[in-house]
Amino acid sequence: MAKITLSKLRHSYFPNPKSPSDYALKEIDLDWTDGGAYALLGPSGCGKSTLLNIISGLLVPSEGQILFDGQDVTDLPPDQRNIAQVFQFPVIYDTMTVYDNLAFPLRNRGRDEDTVRDRVMAIAEMLEVTEMLDQKAAGLSPDNKQKISMGRGLVREDVNVVMFDEPLTVIDPHLKWKLRSKLKELHQRVKATMIYVTHDQTEALTFADQVVVMQLGEVVQIGTPVELFERPAHTFVGHFIGSPGMNILPCDLRAGVALFGADAIALEGPIRGEAIGKTEIGIRPEFVKFAESGLPAVVTKVSDVGRHTVVECSANGSRINAVIEGTAPTKGSEVHLEFRRDQTRLYVDGWLATDPDKPDTAAEASL
Amino acid sequence: MKTENQKAWFFVLPVLILVAFNALIPMMTVVNYSVQETFGDNVFFWQGLDWFEQILRSDRFHAALGRQFLFTFLILIIEVPLGIAIALSMPRQGFWVPVCLVLMALPMLIPWNVVGAMWNIFTLPDIGLLGYFLNHVLGITYDMTQNPFAAWVTIITMDVWHWTSLVVLLAYAGLVSIPDAYYQAAKIDGASNWAVFRFIQLPKMKTVLTIAILLRFMDSFNIYTEPFVLTGGGPGNSTTLLSIDLVKIALGQFDLGPAAAMSLIYFAITLLVSWLFYTLMTKDDLN
Repeated sequence: MAKITLSKLRHSYFPNPKSPSDYALKEIDLDWTDGGAYALLGPSGCGKSTLLNIISGLLVPSEGQILFDGQDVTDLPPDQRNIAQVFQFPVIYDTMTVYDNLAFPLRNRGRDEDTVRDRVMAIAEMLEVTEMLDQKAAGLSPDNKQKISMGRGLVREDVNVVMFDEPLTVIDPHLKWKLRSKLKELHQRVKATMIYVTHDQTEALTFADQVVVMQLGEVVQIGTPVELFERPAHTFVGHFIGSPGMNILPCDLRAGVALFGADAIALEGPIRGEAIGKTEIGIRPEFVKFAESGLPAVVTKVSDVGRHTVVECSANGSRINAVIEGTAPTKGSEVHLEFRRDQTRLYVDGWLATDPDKPDTAAEASL
Repeated sequence: MKTENQKAWFFVLPVLILVAFNALIPMMTVVNYSVQETFGDNVFFWQGLDWFEQILRSDRFHAALGRQFLFTFLILIIEVPLGIAIALSMPRQGFWVPVCLVLMALPMLIPWNVVGAMWNIFTLPDIGLLGYFLNHVLGITYDMTQNPFAAWVTIITMDVWHWTSLVVLLAYAGLVSIPDAYYQAAKIDGASNWAVFRFIQLPKMKTVLTIAILLRFMDSFNIYTEPFVLTGGGPGNSTTLLSIDLVKIALGQFDLGPAAAMSLIYFAITLLVSWLFYTLMTKDDLN
């Protein structure tokens, strides 16, 4: 177990990178505390697997350092870093039994058979695979194979960090949920630092205490699931997290007032700095309500998704989603939309540009 | 009532005809010869299993069979490990991959009789490059036309040169199909190079190696052209393998009955060994 620090890390797959777009990973500075559960979330090709391979030592970064507990491990090979990694496709040693698979990392490190047996039995029990120990690993189902590859990581008592690279990709949907809660439970029991890479927001948000959202080789936001949902630091995060994602509406700024078409929209608080660039309003569908007066809009689509209804409206040529409980207006009807003020944010060139009001003024505003 | 449709037979017919003409009819002709005696003019006498008994009891057949097994055993024990070793050391990506693959495939593209002629000339003591070098530069007496040991060394070397590539290409195909994650996981698990070979590469190559060994067994067990051109079975009978002996009996002595019986026994042995080997190699896969 260790604290992980990434310092001024950059990586390019080209030998002589010139422009920023040559970098698969743009400059990253991060601190991950001991024993935490982290997720790296982003679309395919955002650099999250590159970052993972750099931490595990399968890849040496072009620039920067990786520190485990303050110690530079940038040039150490994977087996000397004391890390464990679970891959997208289960990696098991076909010819060995489940027991031998779990014992493999310990035997390679020259542990005596008594220690090996104790550890294997403990891990097998934790993963609920005890009754399979004598079976050939080749015959297992994909989810059990993935459990075994997880087990090979956890069997070493001194691992610094366990990393998961989209581990549920090949698992059947009904088992995904089970394996995910198993993972969460394991994290609570073994107290190792865990890093989970995925492009699935549900997996990231349920597993991690803290989520790192990446896009185009860059970290756009680090935060708890609640922070990512409530105050996305970038329109990308707003869009990527949530279902449906945040409404992003083009707007003009005139004398500090945000104008969406001809309608003035009240923001959560003061705008930071000069606000020069492309300005947009961000509001989650969960905070859009129908009201007597407000922004006029036309309902274009109504979809009942079970717990609630997603109503798609059109206003000033933009699409606005609203998530509502209870009865929804019918398609084609003319409605008025109201945005909850403390959840309405301004983005300049994609980045968050408003601060929340002071508590007293916020209270005043809601009156 | 259910009407049965027999049209499907119509589609199988072309294959049946083809197989009949290229396998069944020639094979049955051989069976026919093997139980009869003829003195020409298409006059046949029933002989029963006499020819089979004669062949199975003949010292000449035993000796040829022994040489055949020795030859096949030697080339397998050299070509398979050598082929794996070469496949392991070939690059997995980059500029050199196609170069290596083409170089590896070259020997296999040369016709059998040309291979035999090449090695014959190559090893002749007075004019061959290798033969001259060994005899006149290094001073080692090496003459495959006189010395049985030299003849064996030459046919084994020739076969290794000609056919190791097959094992290499098949093993290589098995190796490149292993996903990177396996090597990465092994690195993280702290596995040694030997453990990577033993627990990842070898199991993943098992299927293609089974095919490679099977092909090399059958080909080498039935080999004819190359040793025939190279040594003609000599010196003496020292390199007379089964097929060479068979042709001598059939076309040299024109003993069609014994030759037919011998070829059936020969066929049965090839089939039996292939079946045994395949069954043993794949028995784990069924469970």
